[in-house]
Amino acid sequence: MNDATDNRDPIIRFDKVVKRFGDHVVLDELDFEVQRGEKVTIIGPSGSGKSTVLRILMTLEEINGGVVYVGGEPLWHQRKGESLEPAGEQHLRQMRSHLGMVFQQFNLFPHMTVLRNLTEAPVQVLGVSKAEAKQRGMELLEMVGLTDQASKYPHQLSGGQQQRVGIARALAMRPKIMLFDEPTSALDPELVGEVLNVIRTLADEHDLTMLLVTHEMHFARQVSDRICFFDKGRIKEQGKPEEIFTAPKEERTKAFLKAVLDPDD
Amino acid sequence: MEWTSYLAPLSQGAWVTVQLTVYSTILGALCAFLFGLGKLSHNPLVKGISVAYIEIFRGTSLLVQLFWIYFALPIMGQAIGLDLRFPPVVAGVVALALNIGAYGAEVVRGAVQAVPKEQYEAATALNFTGRKRLWRITLPQAIPEMMPTFGNLAVQNLKDTALVSLISLGDMAFRAEQIRNFTQDSVTVYTLVLFMYFGMALVLTACMKLLERYVGRWRAAGR
Repeated sequence: MNDATDNRDPIIRFDKVVKRFGDHVVLDELDFEVQRGEKVTIIGPSGSGKSTVLRILMTLEEINGGVVYVGGEPLWHQRKGESLEPAGEQHLRQMRSHLGMVFQQFNLFPHMTVLRNLTEAPVQVLGVSKAEAKQRGMELLEMVGLTDQASKYPHQLSGGQQQRVGIARALAMRPKIMLFDEPTSALDPELVGEVLNVIRTLADEHDLTMLLVTHEMHFARQVSDRICFFDKGRIKEQGKPEEIFTAPKEERTKAFLKAVLDPDD
Repeated sequence: MEWTSYLAPLSQGAWVTVQLTVYSTILGALCAFLFGLGKLSHNPLVKGISVAYIEIFRGTSLLVQLFWIYFALPIMGQAIGLDLRFPPVVAGVVALALNIGAYGAEVVRGAVQAVPKEQYEAATALNFTGRKRLWRITLPQAIPEMMPTFGNLAVQNLKDTALVSLISLGDMAFRAEQIRNFTQDSVTVYTLVLFMYFGMALVLTACMKLLERYVGRWRAAGR
């Protein structure tokens, strides 16, 4: 394990978090930690609550029980003396500024050019000047290899290009934590690589905490410090990629990995 | 009398019709946005007022609304010590705008709700405030969706202006009625007026198409 995981400074902590959709329990008293700078990949069968973890962190889904901490502060609660009460919009906005999210379906703003997609939130939300936002936007486009597409609209781009814009758009807000929700699942197979390459570059940044939900097992193995196998709303097994992929302990993990790695058997 | 001699009074009326249409369509669009967004509000009072407005003005006759504002409201105002007498132009524009605004409000609400939930989530993830999310993300995508129906409503509104002749406003329908009373030449007068309304509707439709193309220009980029 790298040193980031040893100094016990969790930037994300789920404390007995419960999430239900109607009668269906998605997260079942989940305890989960991510250390500052750590790159964690969540794998597991569909419906195991993987994406829900990210959506709760991005404040897109409320929780039904427990407490989520980001940077030591409760995310969905506000401290009131000794007790916690449900967070107001102002607190949520404050907390959201630490996080950025990349969506499975990209969710770019279709009515804005690629560059405008990257500058709109910094200008409107952070109050950055337009010139500064544009400069930073172009730097980010360079990083994802799309400077020549700056004045195009999202529908003129391929899926892989759109997702690279999606990553750049999230980075433009300078988050400490990046959440990737199945970033390549909606892409044609030949476009997956270009998106993974961008994520790989980010994984080299020491300060950035990354939480990734993906079905790209080989990629997860390369970039992650830790793999968490989710099943039925809990972490069934977790550990270093080598441990999980070569010597999983749990039967459920073995069955899942066998199904995704050798789908033809 | 030559039919050409009808053109001068009819043109005067046509100008009044154009003004009524333009003013009431603009005011109606404002009502549509105000109450259409109001109906989506989480504030029960704002929502309640919006729903009541939409249902009342969609559920009653435009002619009765017009008479109510022009004839009934001043008397009610008198009873509570307010001067609510409006000149016919104001009463006409207000009645038309409130009526078309109620239909437009449902269009606004529908188009805003049709913007994919994912757009809302992306805006939230980027930490937009509720207001900026509405103005910067939702409405720019919803407005192009509203435009075809808005175009229909504007033409509808143009045709509805004929009703204001009944509160003695000198619009095109009013002038036609005057000429007919004087000459008994129903066929010529009403045929002329028919074509004049049709011509205006064509121009209005073309204007709305241009506006539609302008607000949705991002959708056509590179296609």
